[in-house]
Amino acid sequence: MWDLYFLISLIITGYIFGQIHERRHYASLKRREEKTIAMVMTSSKRPLGELDPVTEVRLVQGGVVISVDYFKRIVTSLRNFFGGNIRGYETLVDRARREAILRLKESCPDATQIVNLRLETSSIYKGKGNQIGSVEVLAYATAIYT
Amino acid sequence: MFLTNIEEVPGKKITACYGVVSGSTVRAKHVGRDIMAGLKNIFGGELEGYTELLTEAREQAILRMQNQAEQLGANAIVNVRFSTSSVTAGASEIYIYGTAVTVE
Repeated sequence: MWDLYFLISLIITGYIFGQIHERRHYASLKRREEKTIAMVMTSSKRPLGELDPVTEVRLVQGGVVISVDYFKRIVTSLRNFFGGNIRGYETLVDRARREAILRLKESCPDATQIVNLRLETSSIYKGKGNQIGSVEVLAYATAIYT
Repeated sequence: MFLTNIEEVPGKKITACYGVVSGSTVRAKHVGRDIMAGLKNIFGGELEGYTELLTEAREQAILRMQNQAEQLGANAIVNVRFSTSSVTAGASEIYIYGTAVTVE
């Protein structure tokens, strides 16, 4: 019986804290994205337009590891039974990607242009009882200064 | 040393090529971080410990790749690629590779 109470309290705390955290994170992402929106970034291999003279070239990166909360994990295991969109994980990877790109941009605020943006996603909790609860996103690119 | 993930170093000319150089590292997380991560798995949110760990691991792998390129006499590495894989439970491997070149 106590096990059941424990599980329910885990789900409830997971839900409350998870929701608070997600809302805060989205607010912070929105604020910081507005701040860095003027930076030129492309996923093509060549810089946009002519860049002369180039003074510095740097490899820049930004990474983040984000975990999903307990409530969403339980809901997901139910979803796996019925099929369909898993919203909880969609927002998880969306937040992770946007955060990684923001960290990359914030690491080179003076760059003229950021070219060849590449994103890589991996799960680092794999193998641990087969529960994939967290996702790692790495964004890397070349920053060009003029 | 110049590092880029495009095929050239903008503003410079490639004069010699030395082939592929790479650096890798396998890192495990320690127990303290694992416990914290376990808690975060209930509440959700960023696992700062892991972010830090992977950042350190990546820096080390880049350093190893740079050392290899320096030994060959290169002064730049172009087309750098990152890859992460989990080899066993609780450890991840970072592998970084690129092409060592001389630029002028």
